[in-house]
Amino acid sequence: MYRYSEFDKAFLAERNAQFRAQVERRIDGSLTEDEFKPLRLMNGLYLQLHAYMLRVAIPYGTLNSAQMRQLALLAEKWDKGYGHFTTRQNIQYNWPKLRDVPDMLDALAEVGLHAIQPSGNTIRNVTADHFAGAAADEIADPRPYAELLRQWSTDHPEFQFMPRKFKIAITGSEHDRAVIKAHDIGLQLVERDGVLGARVLVGGGLGRTPMIGKELSEFVAFDDLLAYLEATVSVWNQIGRRDNKYKARIKITVHEHGIDAIRAKVNERFLQVRPQFKGADMALLEQIKAHFAPPACREGSVASFESAYSNDPVFRSWVDTNIAPHKQADHAIVTISLKKHGATPGDATAEQMRVMADLAEQYAYDELRISHEQNVILPHVHKSDLPAIHARLKQHGLATANIGLISDIIACPGMDYCALATARSIPVAQQIATRFDELKLEHDIGHLKIKISGCINACGHHHVGHIGILGLDRAGVENYQITLGGDATETAAIGDRTGPGFAYDEIVPAIERIIETYLDQRESPEETFLQTYRRVGMAPFKAALYPEARANAA
Amino acid sequence: MARAFTPKVVTANDLLEGDVIYLTADDRWSRDLREAELITDEAHAQLRLLDAQRQVDKIVGAYLADAVAGENGPEPTHFREDFRRTGPSNYAHGKQETSPQPRA
Repeated sequence: MYRYSEFDKAFLAERNAQFRAQVERRIDGSLTEDEFKPLRLMNGLYLQLHAYMLRVAIPYGTLNSAQMRQLALLAEKWDKGYGHFTTRQNIQYNWPKLRDVPDMLDALAEVGLHAIQPSGNTIRNVTADHFAGAAADEIADPRPYAELLRQWSTDHPEFQFMPRKFKIAITGSEHDRAVIKAHDIGLQLVERDGVLGARVLVGGGLGRTPMIGKELSEFVAFDDLLAYLEATVSVWNQIGRRDNKYKARIKITVHEHGIDAIRAKVNERFLQVRPQFKGADMALLEQIKAHFAPPACREGSVASFESAYSNDPVFRSWVDTNIAPHKQADHAIVTISLKKHGATPGDATAEQMRVMADLAEQYAYDELRISHEQNVILPHVHKSDLPAIHARLKQHGLATANIGLISDIIACPGMDYCALATARSIPVAQQIATRFDELKLEHDIGHLKIKISGCINACGHHHVGHIGILGLDRAGVENYQITLGGDATETAAIGDRTGPGFAYDEIVPAIERIIETYLDQRESPEETFLQTYRRVGMAPFKAALYPEARANAA
Repeated sequence: MARAFTPKVVTANDLLEGDVIYLTADDRWSRDLREAELITDEAHAQLRLLDAQRQVDKIVGAYLADAVAGENGPEPTHFREDFRRTGPSNYAHGKQETSPQPRA
């Protein structure tokens, strides 16, 4: 865990004092809304459909128990007793009052949290593999570098008024859990001849023009990486389009100029920028790395785990879906599902947050992670502690065994909260989860990612869902388009549209027909939905979704 | 040909609370759509919107929203405005906490 230096604390205190004064000036009328809006957005404060919304950054998704408890306190003291974990590893409070927000920010600062740059046309919160530091398949923990990027990008004078927002994701593994190919810049740590560096992808993104990131460089050593990234953002900041907000993201710049031309410009800029980096960044990285030393994993017998696994079918089912391999064989990575059937994806009550904080403190070396899939992770757990953790989670509605299954749905807040949304997402997710739970088909269906967005901006990542659902407003009525075959991993792909959309009360039956088709078409229970789709293509799914079209054509 | 004017209400968010408010005929801001002034004249609508937008120390983001006359006052015509006057559908929060307003 990164611990704030005196400089960091002073910086944050000053920033919060500035925002407190800005809020006062807005309330006494000395600032108009037009003047205040960019200031509040730089501090995470939005005005949504029914209320203000405060988005708190959770840098690279990492929290300790004290921070999680403070998030619970905010939920209870200034909100309605819950928080919503987002698809960018942040947390949102849906009901704060304007006058309370400065106090909320001060309370966050007490535990080293803030709401700087989770919004606005800046470099946003850097996201990372939620299994970072624990995954069996990683080359190195990406979080020290993510922390360096946070310090570099926070209040970076050149990058405060960019053409549009800018999102960076980083992973230390070949297997991509951080969706790096759908980010403005995606970084994959790579080692070459004993030197650690990164493969740099650029120009990925979802939204109205989804694009898969392209390789800008196959390897940049850490020594040069920050200068290289500064050069990349700088090139876009200069030539990126400011005439049209829909063409402003770097994916469009890369698309319009071509990756080779962008690479040439970046290399040219890099030569100018590089001499300004005199090694201070690498010295800082070394300091930061010390904050992320791996926990001193305890040793002990796993016999109690083995016995619970053999004897308790509910525990076994949970282990089979929610536990991932840890780099230490006697440890495990626990994913706590915030997707209880029928619940709002990503929501946790203050009580649940405290339970997770207690578990982290007692069993997980005080570490928690938030995933972009809107779940919470205990990254380091000795296997013998799993039965006790499971028992505690069960008492608080947190033991749903559904990670990676059909009810583990990503959903944006949609029109239930968001001012930009064109349709609801949350109730669609709730109904799909409830329906497949009733059918008791979830485990039979197996690995399947459904992702739902309530507008074209695609916060719910629908383009890269195995099944993607996009909610639109069609002539004053909610309408849902479906895409199939999207993939958010290292084999990233944008899903294909099935055809015309479905009304609100038709969308769950439509998903059911897709699943029936998959179960019918798959060669064996081992063949996943995505594999089946890639093998058989769109035709059988289309036939199931639009039988009348086939009848008309006949 | 210009499109025919459809009836409107002036709506905004409260500066301090952030919640949805409506301009009434007697120049108050109400939390209840049924109390809003239903405006049927286009020129009057523009004037009322200007009246609202001047109140920068009270409200944020005033605009004209379509509405129709109902039994107890204005009713929304679009689902977005229906959500705004009620609250979210996943919890009984927002206006449905304090003043129950069954969906039209």
